[in-house]
Amino acid sequence: MQNRIQQAFQKKGKGLLNVYFTAGYPSLHDTVPLIKSLTQAGADLIEIGMPFSDPLADGPVIQASSTAALQNGMNMRVLFQQLEGIRQEVPEAPILLMGYLNPVMQFGVENFCREAAAAGVDGVILPDLPLDDYVAEYQDMFRRYNLRPVFLITPQTAPERIRRIDELTDSFLYLVSGPGTTGGANTQAEGVQEAYFQRIEAMNLRNPRLIGFGIGDKASFQRACQYAEGAIIGSALIRALEGTDDAPAAAARFVSSVLK
Amino acid sequence: MSTTYQQPTERGYYGQFGGAFIPEMLYPNVEELRQQYLDILADPAFQQEYQQLLRDYVGRPTPLFEAKRLSAKYNTHVYLKREDLCHTGAHKVNNTVGQILLAKRLGKTRIIAETGAGQHGVATATVCALMGMQCIVYMGEIDMERQKPNVYRMRLLGAEVRAALSGSRTLKDATNEAIRDWISNPVDTHYIIGSVVGPHPYPDLVARLQAVISEEMRKQLLEKTGSELPSYVVACVGGGSNAAGAFYHFLEEPAVKLVAVEAAGHGVNSGHSAATSVLGKPGIIHGSRTLLMQDEDGQITEPYSLSAGLDYPGIGPLHAFLADSGRARFISIEDEDALRAVAELSRLEGIIPALETAHALAALGQLGAGPDDVVVVNLSGRGDKDLETYLKYADTIL
Repeated sequence: MQNRIQQAFQKKGKGLLNVYFTAGYPSLHDTVPLIKSLTQAGADLIEIGMPFSDPLADGPVIQASSTAALQNGMNMRVLFQQLEGIRQEVPEAPILLMGYLNPVMQFGVENFCREAAAAGVDGVILPDLPLDDYVAEYQDMFRRYNLRPVFLITPQTAPERIRRIDELTDSFLYLVSGPGTTGGANTQAEGVQEAYFQRIEAMNLRNPRLIGFGIGDKASFQRACQYAEGAIIGSALIRALEGTDDAPAAAARFVSSVLK
Repeated sequence: MSTTYQQPTERGYYGQFGGAFIPEMLYPNVEELRQQYLDILADPAFQQEYQQLLRDYVGRPTPLFEAKRLSAKYNTHVYLKREDLCHTGAHKVNNTVGQILLAKRLGKTRIIAETGAGQHGVATATVCALMGMQCIVYMGEIDMERQKPNVYRMRLLGAEVRAALSGSRTLKDATNEAIRDWISNPVDTHYIIGSVVGPHPYPDLVARLQAVISEEMRKQLLEKTGSELPSYVVACVGGGSNAAGAFYHFLEEPAVKLVAVEAAGHGVNSGHSAATSVLGKPGIIHGSRTLLMQDEDGQITEPYSLSAGLDYPGIGPLHAFLADSGRARFISIEDEDALRAVAELSRLEGIIPALETAHALAALGQLGAGPDDVVVVNLSGRGDKDLETYLKYADTIL
């Protein structure tokens, strides 16, 4: 069974923009208005962060937005309530939930899958869910609810492991651009990153690829699109939302600045 | 696969606790360690170097001291395993000596560590100086304030101390920052975790490196009491490394009662506590499924203890299993009772314990030990680092 993630890649092919923001940030009820304004401004995929107290893979910007969102009262129940009916307003754009395993486990993984599917969510990114645990415990459940897992690949991921990851999903591969947490600058020597992207490209994998971590403006987005079907922007969008009283407008301006 | 208390499964589980819940960025490092640690630890050349350093540098074996005045007070036989006499002042160095040798064999050139009370940070800075390795220690901003002497010791030893400014700015947050550093430096860096926490194989690795404590205890008890086995072994638990070391060679001896002492802070139900075995439920922290203090949404809650080494919202997965299975008894001790135990040991035996260790001593009255029992308390660290705190609470202590 196809889902919206595959359809989005088939339809556009190249230059897809996946934007990440933290649910409940900058204010609790910005979630749905942000999804609408981001898609209207041209974002192709929407990745909603489920805030966690201790986001190990994230840099300071997403840490701060997570803390603020939790203080605003965001939690899994509130998020699923907010997403109710989102598919009437945003029928096509794939929606992914990104977060850490512990809040999902406490909510109940099956409950989580059921609620996510009911809301029209297409994919799930849980960076601290080990591959073996996914296969042993959750793969059947994800399939039953037509939810696609998205797995990360880094410059250190071994080729056979990349092949295995590629077999385990029908969505896209999340290429982490280099060492570091989200929102960091690229500090790699010239050519190192390109060689890594080209090495992955040459593997002729089943899934399309999106490059994330350290992508934050038009130049870095376009550069990433040379090596993959698209890219993911998170921290830079969050920064654009900081201190604004009209988050949807600020989000739309940001997306336009990347795509114009 | 069956688990014993001593040996986790191949995937690092003690019962339902353990595992390696880590983002892909850490996978190659942790997997490399998992594949190699048992072979490296078993290598005779490694063992020779490790044992020699434990003897000549750390000062092992540490004495097992019969505390006669303390024994008289509690009407039992109390022995103190003097880990406070280790070089750097606590048991932490047993682990760092082993891990620095491991890091060299893995070809790593840069060492990172987290620290709460600063003892693990000092022990890491010490072995890095010894081996000429770069050392970066993450420490919560609050802990840097309450354990100032250790911050200065680390700097004197050539380490860079970086303040963790997120969350409660204590041990949990220092660990988060160390993990983020490792994500950012995946090739040249080894992370020396200071406790039996983190993703597999760390809990097992650190337990094995601390197991020398109970290995020596057995020999010393045989010599002093005629039996290798005591009635009780008592140790404080934050993450649980000194307790893991003190329990290790008694885990499969059901006759030995194991007592783990947690920090109750202002009281288990006060909202300011670090008694994880009481307040925690299964969850994931720092790559391990264990008992964890968290709210109903799975957000990790801020622990509290006056002692910087015990205010951690989780416990090592081995300890979660010991609590869950009933193999160990868990007791929690409030700040004030720990402070009183500092005074008691100082006055009765002329030994000033670390505030963490004082929690274990404060449990002596609750054991139910009789005149024929032998109680070993693991005296995990000395109190020099806590003098400022002891001065501040002099009214309680004196």
